[in-house]
Amino acid sequence: MKRLLASFAITTAIVAPASAEMLDLEKDVLTFGFIKLTDMAPLAVAYEQGFFDDEGLFVTLEAQANWKVLLDGVISGTLDGAHMLAGQPLAATIGYGTEAHIITPFSMDLNGNGITVSNEVWEMMKPTLPVGDDGLVEHPISASALKPVIEDFNGRGKPFNMGMVFPVSTHNYELRYWLAAGGIEPGYYSPENVTGQIAAEAFLSVTPPPQMPATLEAGTISGYSVGEPWNQQAVFKGIGVPVITDYELWKNNPEKVFGISASFAEENPNTTLAVVKALIRAAQWLDENDNANREEAVDILSRPEYVGADREVIANSMTGTFEYEKGDTRDVPDFNVFFRYYATQPFYSDAVWYLTQMRRWGQIAEAKPDSWYDEVAKSVYKPAIYLEAARMLVDEGLVDEADFAWDSDGYKEPTPAGDIIDGIGYDGRAPNAYLESLPIGLKGDQIVVGNEIQG
Amino acid sequence: MTTVDPEFARAEAREARRARLFSRITTADKWFQVLGLAWITPILRAGAGDNPKAQVKEIWRLLIVPILAIAVFIGLWATLAPTVQTSLGAIPGPAQVWDEAVALNQAAIETASEKRDFQDRVDARNQRFIDNGQPEKVKQIPYTGAPSYYAQIWTSIKTVFFGFLVASAVAIPVGIAAGLSATANAAVNPIIQIFKPVSPLAWLPIVTMIVSAVYTTNDGMFSKSFLVSAITVTLCSLWPTLINTSLGVASIDKDLISVSKVLKMGTWQKITQLVLPSALPLIFTGLRLSLGVGWMVLIAAEMLAQNPGLGKFVWDEFQNGSSSSLAKIMVAVFTIGIIGFLLDRVMFALQSLFTFSNNR
Repeated sequence: MKRLLASFAITTAIVAPASAEMLDLEKDVLTFGFIKLTDMAPLAVAYEQGFFDDEGLFVTLEAQANWKVLLDGVISGTLDGAHMLAGQPLAATIGYGTEAHIITPFSMDLNGNGITVSNEVWEMMKPTLPVGDDGLVEHPISASALKPVIEDFNGRGKPFNMGMVFPVSTHNYELRYWLAAGGIEPGYYSPENVTGQIAAEAFLSVTPPPQMPATLEAGTISGYSVGEPWNQQAVFKGIGVPVITDYELWKNNPEKVFGISASFAEENPNTTLAVVKALIRAAQWLDENDNANREEAVDILSRPEYVGADREVIANSMTGTFEYEKGDTRDVPDFNVFFRYYATQPFYSDAVWYLTQMRRWGQIAEAKPDSWYDEVAKSVYKPAIYLEAARMLVDEGLVDEADFAWDSDGYKEPTPAGDIIDGIGYDGRAPNAYLESLPIGLKGDQIVVGNEIQG
Repeated sequence: MTTVDPEFARAEAREARRARLFSRITTADKWFQVLGLAWITPILRAGAGDNPKAQVKEIWRLLIVPILAIAVFIGLWATLAPTVQTSLGAIPGPAQVWDEAVALNQAAIETASEKRDFQDRVDARNQRFIDNGQPEKVKQIPYTGAPSYYAQIWTSIKTVFFGFLVASAVAIPVGIAAGLSATANAAVNPIIQIFKPVSPLAWLPIVTMIVSAVYTTNDGMFSKSFLVSAITVTLCSLWPTLINTSLGVASIDKDLISVSKVLKMGTWQKITQLVLPSALPLIFTGLRLSLGVGWMVLIAAEMLAQNPGLGKFVWDEFQNGSSSSLAKIMVAVFTIGIIGFLLDRVMFALQSLFTFSNNR
């Protein structure tokens, strides 16, 4: 009896401090969706390292078939939240595609994507590329090297098809950015024609991330833009060659977000805070001590219920390297950033960049004033929730106060021109001026009518 | 003085025992047939000393030939599989598939231990609320980790039976009505003709949309994914039962119908005492076909909609694209096949149970 009491005292002693900090949760059984990509890591880590448990949350993580299914899940409420493309909450909120008010209190990562071409295309590109002193192809590779390939395809009467993962995906915009920076027209959207292939030289279409390698192998597409590990998988399977990473396109570009419906956040404010707290800790764990935990993260991600690809494929990019051609492995320590450089803080300027790309390619059909970009960004990105959660973690001594941008007005400093492949800087405070500075894409009052740009 | 030779009496008794034994074996044979274990009968017969030569022939046909066929299949598989190179390596042979089956079993054991840890955490949570004086917050929380392979099999079986039962509940009455009345048949027939060939993959989006619209609660008795899968199964497995039932009912002996008229039977009495018993064999044939269709449809629906179950397992592994994925998918293929076979046997057993009396 005495022993029983003693053991009881010990258990309560362990539980008590946690309960003192624990929020009064409105809902503690949650289901989150994700797509099999390495950048879902904060969710898997929060689960496996017990960060959700620490907040009193019981979370089920469910892999989803594609981005559309995932978005519908969050809207219908079968999913309480999800690892999302940054464009999804924005597009849903402005009513492009499915309309629903989705917000994000947490940005999941920076970088982490790549563009891969098939072996056939690579063989055609390679002779034209400059080679460095070490005998390796010089990076970054401009899409201008792709132009003769596309002309060759057209000469043989074949369209040049490429895959991206979703109409409002980072990958779509990154692929378009790269193509346009190399002088290739990636095509426009219009309210009547949502294929995104109006006036296109390269035809982009949607394929879910895990199916990219299989689709490339089948020859349906000649290249694709996708997150990890599906670029490294192409190298591993010997079916394609990654030509550029998004880090080379735009150093430390914003990537996925954690999305929840606005009504969920409204009805469950404490639960939302608890989730963000757990995710911040997971992101910190992923980047701690110079990525010291990445090997363990790779073990977690390679389990079949998470990403499930072979360990070595996932390790390629997750441990700060990236393999281009087979055997050409280079160090890219910031290939995928989860916490450094305020990676998890949702900045309005990130949202505005996505909105400018929607406008650039015609998904937003008509010109909008700068103030509109600001308003939409503020209705979707919620740094206030993020900072409140961060403050609690600081008070609990779990994170460092210096890791958060407390005084930011929500806009990052303008990205210097040198950080972006085409040398065009980006300032989120002036979206229309930014659109004007891009050589290809809609500007000012231009609209797409039929197959033409007017205005 | 008695003429009864004690030797003769003993022989007679032995003969009687043997006859009883044989008749028992014959009875049991019916069940062995049902369970797909027909090969046991000749072994038992041979054991009981019944014409060993004939029995050996039976054993050869029922046991050895199938075993040889399986061995040849496995041999061909083992030799041919490694010669096909996919981008994920060679196609796995029987040994790798077996290894993956063992690994899945191992993973299931680990899941069970994780489940216990999870339960401890739930208990700690509940204890905390009790200590804080909030007993209303105490609740049981279902395991949040990834389901084990067995859990996925179980989910699929539950779903297929639910869908199948709903389908039967609709199909049998409608089938009876269509069989009894030419007018009802004329009404139902075009609908059957149009909807019967529709693929589950076409039903799925419709069912998904409707379930999402109608079943708006997220905390109801069923999860949405379960309902979507089950209703898709219902829509596709309805038809064989419906058609066979109406056929069975329509082909009742005309004399029996006349008898029912003479006896002035009511409709209900007529159906229960006359129509159902004579249509039962065909109804069961329909049910067996329906369950088979339902099982195939379920896997497809789960794959496409990512609803929990074996179909999702296959799709997840296809998406994982790891070096063990192909072997795991093959484990699932065998599981699906074996379960499909068992389901059919269950229905066949039920059929035998209910229609023995009709095998006059």
